[in-house]
Amino acid sequence: MSEEASTGFQIHPMDQFIVKPLFGGDHIAWYTVTNVTMWMAIAVLVIAALLMLGTRRRAIVPSRSQSVAELLYGFIYNMVEEVTGHDGVKYFPYVMTLFLFVLFSNLLGLLPMAFTTTSHVAVTVVLALMVFLGVTVLGFARKGVGFLGMFWVSSAPLAIRPILALIEIISYFVRPVSHSIRLAGNMMAGHAVVKVIAGFATLVVASPVVIGAVAALYGLELLVAVVQAYVFTILTCVYLRDAVGDAQH
Amino acid sequence: MEGDIAEMGKFIGAGLATIGLGGAGIGVGHIAGNFLAGALRNPSAAPGQMATLFVGIAFAEALGIFSFLIALLLMFAV
Repeated sequence: MSEEASTGFQIHPMDQFIVKPLFGGDHIAWYTVTNVTMWMAIAVLVIAALLMLGTRRRAIVPSRSQSVAELLYGFIYNMVEEVTGHDGVKYFPYVMTLFLFVLFSNLLGLLPMAFTTTSHVAVTVVLALMVFLGVTVLGFARKGVGFLGMFWVSSAPLAIRPILALIEIISYFVRPVSHSIRLAGNMMAGHAVVKVIAGFATLVVASPVVIGAVAALYGLELLVAVVQAYVFTILTCVYLRDAVGDAQH
Repeated sequence: MEGDIAEMGKFIGAGLATIGLGGAGIGVGHIAGNFLAGALRNPSAAPGQMATLFVGIAFAEALGIFSFLIALLLMFAV
């Protein structure tokens, strides 16, 4: 260790995830304004700016910002209609909000010196729990006790139905865990990898290779940011289908 | 050498938990490969199945993520 330290070869890949109070001090209470708060606010402002400025001067031939806003809207609308069915369209605004927030948090986190809010489980678990609780409440509200029929797989032989029901119940309660950890894990791991590879640039011999590698990884991370937002949203739609769709299959 | 044997066990356990990554890799690769094989036979049906592809990948990946969760728990919670 001491040998590495003396050559200046120091990598701190996890330092970028430290939550700091924005206005000094080191005590963090629930009301403290931190860098997480700031970057979430920036994400919300960027989304509002894109959608409001994009649709302010509506034209038959759309401007660039208008076509981006329309593209996002149409993409999510089609997804909700396709996955959850016609009844799910009522919940499109919530799905759209989730998608835009996750997408822009991921993308803004890729800016140099930025903070990725979605890399924290504390942020993603709230998003996932809201979906989980919402779907559960909605399922009971719309179907009553019939919602529990989801766990009783009627297409399976009677003998293995209790075992299947147990597995279904466990997998139902594991949903918010995998839903949230997937997003946070992908974001955290991707950013840490970029930082570790960038740390190798301190070795002068390797630096040309490292610059190319970091550029390639950055492109990959851009793809991962969009795909993870898409996956988060489509899983929300799949869970929503259990509550609102005619899940008799 | 400082630290105690429990600390060492934590690091070894967290390292072992990364083996789960291999399983997730096999699963995701299997899904993507089979999708490609099917899509090349019937390219016109492929775009309609993109959503299914991503949901399948997400479910396969979830089990790999649980091993990441175990590593996190070992490192920070135990």
